[in-house]
Amino acid sequence: MLNYFDPNKIFAFTSRAPKYVFFIFVITLTVGLLEALVLSPEDYIQSDSVRIMYVHVPSAWISLGIFTLIAILSFGSLFFKNKNFPIISKSLAPSGLVFNIIALVTGSIWGKPTWGTWWAWDARITSMLILAFFYLIYILAWRVFEKEEIKIKVSSIIAILGLVNIPIIKYSVDWWSTLHQPSSVNLLSKTSIDQSMLVPLAIMTAAFALFSFLIFLMKYNTELIKLKNKGLDRL
Amino acid sequence: MIKEIVLMNGYGIYVLSAFSFTLISFAVLYLTIKFQLVREQIKFNRKFANLTSEKIESAKKQKLYREIIINTSTSKI
Repeated sequence: MLNYFDPNKIFAFTSRAPKYVFFIFVITLTVGLLEALVLSPEDYIQSDSVRIMYVHVPSAWISLGIFTLIAILSFGSLFFKNKNFPIISKSLAPSGLVFNIIALVTGSIWGKPTWGTWWAWDARITSMLILAFFYLIYILAWRVFEKEEIKIKVSSIIAILGLVNIPIIKYSVDWWSTLHQPSSVNLLSKTSIDQSMLVPLAIMTAAFALFSFLIFLMKYNTELIKLKNKGLDRL
Repeated sequence: MIKEIVLMNGYGIYVLSAFSFTLISFAVLYLTIKFQLVREQIKFNRKFANLTSEKIESAKKQKLYREIIINTSTSKI
């Protein structure tokens, strides 16, 4: 099964896919922006400031999802010695960090009109900030160390340690009394958002997921060509 | 209509700055990664062009090298 992660097989796909993914992303984002900024209704309490949700929530979801994936792949590369998992994890990190920063900044912008403050040391916000630090340390680990083996080991350990923070972020609004509102969208229980707001949220989430996939593909291709550049010296 | 969309009941400054920040971040990330990719492709082409014919043949036998050569837009080979 792990043979499916062979770079030779993957590159044939990853090198051709970006132009198609980019095209679908642009269309999805255009529809999403139209829905989020124009067509969706305002909230009866928060008025138009609720529109920030359409960039804040998908960014937070995707940054959490990417870090979880990085941690799972790191576990695989540490214990199953798969050589492609570290390249995939490394290629996922930049978009994860950027989505994390977008979630923090847009959350801060949303906080001003709704809570009256740009920042609060609230459990959800602080744990998201900690996730951003984990992303930064993870990316730095790839740059700081010289030997490939050490890079893989250290970055994998950082990702696995950071995984502890993911359930803390998810349940922080239930475990502690926080300024941040509890989850409105639930996969297992009833969602408290109206359909008219759920549709634009789903479209924007799809657009953001496509963008992170596009960045992953480009970064993955860069990493493979970088490896092969080193290989050319040894031919 | 346009004035309503921009003002958003007084929340326009917050909403539009959040959306602008997101789109600018997307553009910066995309351009950074694209620049890195193109730089590596150029480096690869330069190195490949300087190889001896024997080494080129040996590289072409490897699937991944073949794929890189086919899919590198700046490739002249």
